[in-house]
Amino acid sequence: MKQLYAWGAVATIVTASTAGDVLLSRAMKQVGDVGELRRRLGLPTVLGRVLRNPCFLLGVTAMAAAFYAMLFGLSWADVSLVIPASTSLTFVTNAMAARIFLHEHVDHRRWMAALAVAGGVILLAV
Amino acid sequence: MTLRKYLVLAGVSIFAVTGDSLVSAGMKRVGNISLRHLPDIILVVFRPEVALGILFLLAFFACYMTALSWADLTYVLPATSVSFILLTLVAKFVLHENVSLTRWLGVLLISIGVGVVTQGPELTHRPRHAESSDRLAAPVAARMDP
Repeated sequence: MKQLYAWGAVATIVTASTAGDVLLSRAMKQVGDVGELRRRLGLPTVLGRVLRNPCFLLGVTAMAAAFYAMLFGLSWADVSLVIPASTSLTFVTNAMAARIFLHEHVDHRRWMAALAVAGGVILLAV
Repeated sequence: MTLRKYLVLAGVSIFAVTGDSLVSAGMKRVGNISLRHLPDIILVVFRPEVALGILFLLAFFACYMTALSWADLTYVLPATSVSFILLTLVAKFVLHENVSLTRWLGVLLISIGVGVVTQGPELTHRPRHAESSDRLAAPVAARMDP
């Protein structure tokens, strides 16, 4: 039963963190280059723009869900299972989601990088 | 890529490793949390290790947001997976843990992934709603070129 809970937590972490990453990435692209904007408009204005962005708020909510799922997962299973399993799967789901929802050009170079990192994370956990 | 951008990517990796390690240590002390005692999962954030871990994770979040403002998600994620390599090096040379050949192969694979993605452009798609469409259009277009 504990194992089932652990894998349920992993599935929740992957889904929530992929949704969070995509929403946060969209929000920050809508805001623009933070470094440039900070120099031009000042930090408080940039922070205001980020915090008022609906995608940012949704993304943070999704990330909070992923964080609490991680806390549950860590209380039921070893960190060496929960973190590598969820992280490696998230690399792959993020590449798919970025291509579909963010229209990023995920070429063979980026697929190779995502799969190499995902594979490497799994090997670290073995 | 400027030095500032490399520092932001390094910040993502270092703060994530430190934050995750502290939260993990705190949760191990708490033990199992039952679904029937949901308030425990909220109270646990007040434990010192978890609270400090959350502070590091907030620093990670700030760096991560900054990186996402000028680079693709599919660039930032593999590029910041240097954190796994750092964690293994700390385990071997600071904590004197036994790192197996399989784990070194994992480090090698991640290094290849990081190397491959950082050779390419950091931005491939110019968002339609970018705030900076007028003043920053030229620099953004320049960054899109490989």
